[in-house]
Amino acid sequence: MKPTDISVPDYFHKVVDCQWACPAHTPVPEYIRLIAARRFGDAYMINWKSNVFPGVLGRTCDRPCEPACRRGRVEKEPVAICRLKRVAADYKGDIRDRLPQPAPQKNGKRVALIGAGPASLTVARDLLPLGYHVTIYEQDPFAGGMIRTQIPKFRLPEEVIDEEVGYILGLEPELRLGKKIDSLKSVLDEGYDAVFVGCGAPRGRDLDIPGRKAAAAHIHVGIDWLSSVSFGHVTSIGKRVIVLGGGNTAMDCCRSARRLGGESVQVVVRSGFEEMKASPWEKEDAMHEGIPIHNFLVPKSVQHDGGKLKAMVFEKVKPEYDAKGRRNLVPTGEPDVVLECDDVLVAVGQENAFPWIERDLGIAFDKWDMPVVDPVTLQSSRPDVLFGGDAAFGPKNIIWAVAHGHDAAVSIDKLCNGEDTRLRPAPDFSLISQKMGIHEWSYDNQISNDLRFKVPLRDTKEALSSIKLEVELGFDDKLAYEEAERCLNCDVQTVFTTNLCIECDACVDICPMDCITFTPDGEEAELRERLMAPAKNLTQDLYVADGLKTGRLMVKDEDVCLHCGLCAERCPTGAWDMRKSLIEMTHAGPQCRA
Amino acid sequence: MTYLAKPKFRHPELPRNALGFTRRDYEGSVSTLCAGCGHDSISAAIIQACYELALPPHRIAKLSGIGCSSKTPTYFLGSSHGFNSVHGRMPSVLTGANMANRDLIYLGVSGDGDSASIGLGQFAHAIRRAVNMTYIVENNGVYGLTKGQFSATSDKGSKSKKGVVNSDEPIDMIGMALQLGATYVGRSFSGDKAQLVPLIKGALLHPGAAFIDCVSPCVAFNNHEGSTKSFDYVRAHNEAVNFLDVITPRAEITTDYAPGEMVDVRQHDGSIIRLKKVAEDYDPTDRIKVMNFLQEQQAKGEVVTGLLFVDPEPQDLHGALATVTAPLNELGDGDLCPGAAEIDKINAGLR
Repeated sequence: MKPTDISVPDYFHKVVDCQWACPAHTPVPEYIRLIAARRFGDAYMINWKSNVFPGVLGRTCDRPCEPACRRGRVEKEPVAICRLKRVAADYKGDIRDRLPQPAPQKNGKRVALIGAGPASLTVARDLLPLGYHVTIYEQDPFAGGMIRTQIPKFRLPEEVIDEEVGYILGLEPELRLGKKIDSLKSVLDEGYDAVFVGCGAPRGRDLDIPGRKAAAAHIHVGIDWLSSVSFGHVTSIGKRVIVLGGGNTAMDCCRSARRLGGESVQVVVRSGFEEMKASPWEKEDAMHEGIPIHNFLVPKSVQHDGGKLKAMVFEKVKPEYDAKGRRNLVPTGEPDVVLECDDVLVAVGQENAFPWIERDLGIAFDKWDMPVVDPVTLQSSRPDVLFGGDAAFGPKNIIWAVAHGHDAAVSIDKLCNGEDTRLRPAPDFSLISQKMGIHEWSYDNQISNDLRFKVPLRDTKEALSSIKLEVELGFDDKLAYEEAERCLNCDVQTVFTTNLCIECDACVDICPMDCITFTPDGEEAELRERLMAPAKNLTQDLYVADGLKTGRLMVKDEDVCLHCGLCAERCPTGAWDMRKSLIEMTHAGPQCRA
Repeated sequence: MTYLAKPKFRHPELPRNALGFTRRDYEGSVSTLCAGCGHDSISAAIIQACYELALPPHRIAKLSGIGCSSKTPTYFLGSSHGFNSVHGRMPSVLTGANMANRDLIYLGVSGDGDSASIGLGQFAHAIRRAVNMTYIVENNGVYGLTKGQFSATSDKGSKSKKGVVNSDEPIDMIGMALQLGATYVGRSFSGDKAQLVPLIKGALLHPGAAFIDCVSPCVAFNNHEGSTKSFDYVRAHNEAVNFLDVITPRAEITTDYAPGEMVDVRQHDGSIIRLKKVAEDYDPTDRIKVMNFLQEQQAKGEVVTGLLFVDPEPQDLHGALATVTAPLNELGDGDLCPGAAEIDKINAGLR
């Protein structure tokens, strides 16, 4: 096998599973260690730099990092990364003096951002300190986008949004709020150097079943209803509510309905429980509030009495898989299910829609009438028009929107400096030994055996009494410390120096996870089978070093390494060393340019 | 050394043996020896051997004397019986324990100081009495705990870390064991677990006096240029006469070799020691030839390793003394007290 080149940042980046899985590549273990050290402000700033909305994301993120967390492979559950982020935001104190200031001098370039959601605000944050003149267009009278309009306040208090959106508005973009854009051409006519479209996926899908139109007064599209609740236009709902859909929006709808007078709120989903799009924890939270979830029921018709909603009729289905493994929902033939109700919330998906973009501006659209967007540069076929967030590739989530915002800002900065936007900057990468003494490291290498700690919740009765009362109380600093100690410090890398090794086997003997093997060379597939423990996770590369005196290879399977450092502590010659890899994405600015 | 306990987490796919134990279940506390010590590799080999044989940990007794090597029983088989005896006196304590309870598996762990200096007489007598045991000498040729003086097994002409040349003849423990009638004799190297683990397995199953001399480099005091017990020297001069595979009575024999390449030695309990010959014409059952061969190779400076000698029909001390077949702790009053009539008969015979 080829020896591993550890100078390529991606090798060690992949070992830090959480950071690799995060669309914005937040250095997770780094900030978790800072939380354990009670340096909440520093932990917050690492997050703020990388994901822009730590307080928001610490409550609402889809957490791609957690399923990736190595802890989940050696124990039952991953580290509560998301809720630790919230701890950093909750306890950080005043960090305003650490934020960038509005640029003292403008660079003469003008950029328009359409929509004031997380994607656009990220672009604004990255470009404003560089001297760009940034104009933000937003249809609502406030900045924040879906963070403000679609996430219920009992999950995300208004103050948190105001604070973190405020940090960006403090960089003094030009705001044009409360006016809907109905022509991209009119924006382009203002002569911007670049236009970024970050308007989200604003159209909620509707149902097309008999009775839908006649009973329209009490059937609402989920995201529109949530937005009305958010702005206080809707303050009550009927006693019996049915929520259609199995995504996170459906979960927000049902929990909101429960707080606005819904006594019997039920969720009805076409698919099975496991296949629902909602995050497992959001389903759990809904059920915790006494909301049943009914699966394998397809809406068939709406029963009404002269336009007054009475009930909904559902057909019972079961899944069947064809030869290609595709699932079809087929009727079981059992009698239909009729659920009586006063209101129905439809949360069966969202779509992008661009009726306001003229088709003759040089922006190519595909066969689904969606703009063609480069996944790396986020440019459309017209180089000075970029897309990001849900507007780019359909509904995703906040952290993807932030990642798009960073990438788009890099493209815009390069574009305005006459550079090729496809040449992307490498991340900033450092690898520093953590050795402090013979068996002392600058990180806590003792492995905690604790299971995942639960975030304390407000009493359900009290929580259901108000649409604005936050349900999760968050970790206190003691719980936060204990949860932080569960982190395996995957960024503190085991680095092997071949010419120091005397092949004494001490590392092989001490490794609790059987990660290290000294073995004759071979083909990777065959080699993976004959290691101390077979390396079956093909998504994790093997760490291979050659040049040993016996001619064997040192092969380390990174998959379940605890980063406990015992290999380095038992190594008599320092051939193993624990070195912290710090990988930070390069954002817009001089450092991203050639 | 390390101050931390080894984390409890283990590889999620770590296999289990017939008793349902993983290899980790045979570990002890974390070693306090110097980082890189060969002894730790031997501990790991003992753990692996006991795991592979699926030995119940509570049926093993590990005994040792004093020294770096004799500290190691703390670092393996944490659930087994243990006795850390006086310097050089492990063989006596082991013999006594074996006499009292013949049902346990006895593992004596000693070093070159403990067995070739202060305990030389003890070593010799335990071997010649044919105590059923596995006697491992973790041989680093140096007094590590007192910072690097030559030990009784240091080769003549080898250099200490400070550059002093050893003028004394070494004690040849393999030679002594062969001479004194050990029925299973092997030498190995801590840096070669592929050879060491089956060698230990064979010794644990051997129903007689099994002796293993395991060269174990002292990373702190005897791993330099001029040492004959360093990693580099042993790797350069290691002459393996055979590789072995131990097949327990229950296991199926699956490996196929061309005839002539392999020698099977069937032991009393039905287990088979399968030897893959490396040296031509090496017969590990001919004691005299083996002794001659070893003397010749030693004169050349070679370190001969492998299963050097095995007697497939060994006898042990219990056999020689015709002792009772049950362990003493299982004997009841009826077995121990023959009754007044029987005693009168014995007394009458003495009048």
